[in-house]
Amino acid sequence: MTAERVVEARHLVKRFGSFEAVKGIDVAIDRGESFGFLGPNGAGKTSTMRMMSAVSQPTEGTITIFGLDPRTDGPDIRRRLGVVAQEDSLELELSVRLNLEMFGRYFDLPRRVVRERVDELLDFAQLTERADDKVDNLSGGMKRRLTIARGLINQPEILILDEPTTGLDPQARHLLWDRLYRLKREGVTLIITTHYMDEAEQLCDRLVVMDRGTIVAEGAPRTLIERYSTREVVELRFSTDDHEEFHSRLSPFAERVEVLPDRVLLYVNEGDETLMEIHAAGITPSSALVRRSSLEDVFLHLTGRTLTD
Amino acid sequence: MAPTTRSQLSSARWLRSWWYHATFYAQTWRASVVASILFPFMFLASLGVGVGHLVGAHTGLVEGQTYLHFIAPSLLATTTMQLGESESLWPVLASVKWIRTYHAAAATPLEPEDILVGKLAWLATRAFFTAIAYTLIIACFGAIQSWWCLTLPFIGTLITVAFSAPLVAYASAAESDASFATLYRFAFVPMFLFSATFYPVSAYPGALRPVVQLFPLYHGVALVRAAAYGTGSLGPQLAHIAVLVAMAASGVLWGRRTLRRRLTD
Ligand SMILES: Nc1ncnc2c1ncn2[C@@H]1O[C@H](COP(=O)(O)OP(=O)(O)OP(=O)(O)O)[C@@H](O)[C@H]1O
Ligand SMILES: [Mg+2]
Repeated sequence: MTAERVVEARHLVKRFGSFEAVKGIDVAIDRGESFGFLGPNGAGKTSTMRMMSAVSQPTEGTITIFGLDPRTDGPDIRRRLGVVAQEDSLELELSVRLNLEMFGRYFDLPRRVVRERVDELLDFAQLTERADDKVDNLSGGMKRRLTIARGLINQPEILILDEPTTGLDPQARHLLWDRLYRLKREGVTLIITTHYMDEAEQLCDRLVVMDRGTIVAEGAPRTLIERYSTREVVELRFSTDDHEEFHSRLSPFAERVEVLPDRVLLYVNEGDETLMEIHAAGITPSSALVRRSSLEDVFLHLTGRTLTD
Repeated sequence: MAPTTRSQLSSARWLRSWWYHATFYAQTWRASVVASILFPFMFLASLGVGVGHLVGAHTGLVEGQTYLHFIAPSLLATTTMQLGESESLWPVLASVKWIRTYHAAAATPLEPEDILVGKLAWLATRAFFTAIAYTLIIACFGAIQSWWCLTLPFIGTLITVAFSAPLVAYASAAESDASFATLYRFAFVPMFLFSATFYPVSAYPGALRPVVQLFPLYHGVALVRAAAYGTGSLGPQLAHIAVLVAMAASGVLWGRRTLRRRLTD
């Protein structure tokens, strides 16, 4: 059995005036997948997510969601989507409970169903005690949790989350991860952007890295690490003001050497072996650390360490 | 064909937006209710009775009415205009820019048109009941003299929508509220004062009278007076209605474009 394509985008372009925010990307997402978008600020992630939410219209290219065209079937698509936008958009003057109930009415859910789901979602967002408080009085993280809960009111088949955990404390983050795993097991497709690499590694089956409107890499987190980084990284510190002087001396020992202000990174396959070789060559770092390569290494390698704009 | 059945049974999408506004209002109306009941009584007591005393002593009747009876109906027109103004600028800019609740709605099955129509339909609903209340208040002061007064709730609704539709359209495209105060200062307040609201258009020099007729509120005031007294011939009334309907219709067409652009860009 082949998996069902739920999102298929071809040569997707989004322009704002003459500025091209998304420059012709191709994306295909299957039902049940959890798919991530990574990329530095301004890469075009939100612009892409808004097109996949059947809200914003592509300037060029095509996108189908559930095989439907957002230009003609927007309402039918959005009925089956849950969207957690990057910015909260809650009714600040109203209570937490009413925010959820009123949103349920947008989906024309029967009152009784809404009430049941609201109780469930309040529990999920751990806001049951605050149910009757004005949203304005909640903390930033609580508002975020409420926005996420609101996106689940229609039991969506695809859940689109734009930086869902920004502003959440570690407990709330882990709670959300648990809930997302559960949704995924139930067959919900997840589309996520995040700036937390550990989160992407944990949650995503597959992800793309975007940079300045284009996709620069695509694959499973492990595959990307294998392709764009080495298995291990050796981090060395020396008692010196300028780590640059070690660049040439260390390059024979590694596939790639990167010099940072306070340390030198060696991208290698066997960290401990490399370390022994370095010691044998008479180079003595003041401290040394061997670790596995992470998605963060890939991300920084692909998009650069400096701010691009 | 379960999905088809379901969408046939489901309520019209704009109605869900109407319902949202109604629910919101049900939660928040209490703050303003005392002021909005007290205002017309204070207004008519001070201007109608007080100034009316002077006018009566000076010039006698105004267009066949006592001064109180002359200005009382115009209060319905100015109030429904103000309802359209106050609910269509800041609240709309907040919804598309500051708190972004229209963006949240646009991520549900609602289309921008549904959001627009639901908003205007809700304001029309409020205007209808406001106009009923003001008809009763005007009647308390004795200025209702004809069964044509039964059309007043509809006229009030038309006035509100005629103002709110273009203003919602304008606010949907606005980047900041800087221009809103200017609109009040240079458009709404002069219109409130000079639309033959407090004295008949015959008080103006002949050359200025056509200018007054450019004010949309002038047409609302004229309609409301005709309905309250049962005076005026059909032709001019239809012309007044046509002006207000044209404003409402062009506002809706304009708003469809600006709100859609705002929410789907
Ligand atoms: N409505 C708009 N009008 C003009 N430019 C826009 C608009 N929305 C986004 N942009 C521009 O498009 C580019 C991509 O923005 P986008 O919000 O998609 O980035 P992002 O990857 O989500 O960034 P972040 O990580 O900061 O959320 C940015 O340069 C932004 O300034
Ligand atoms: Mg973004």
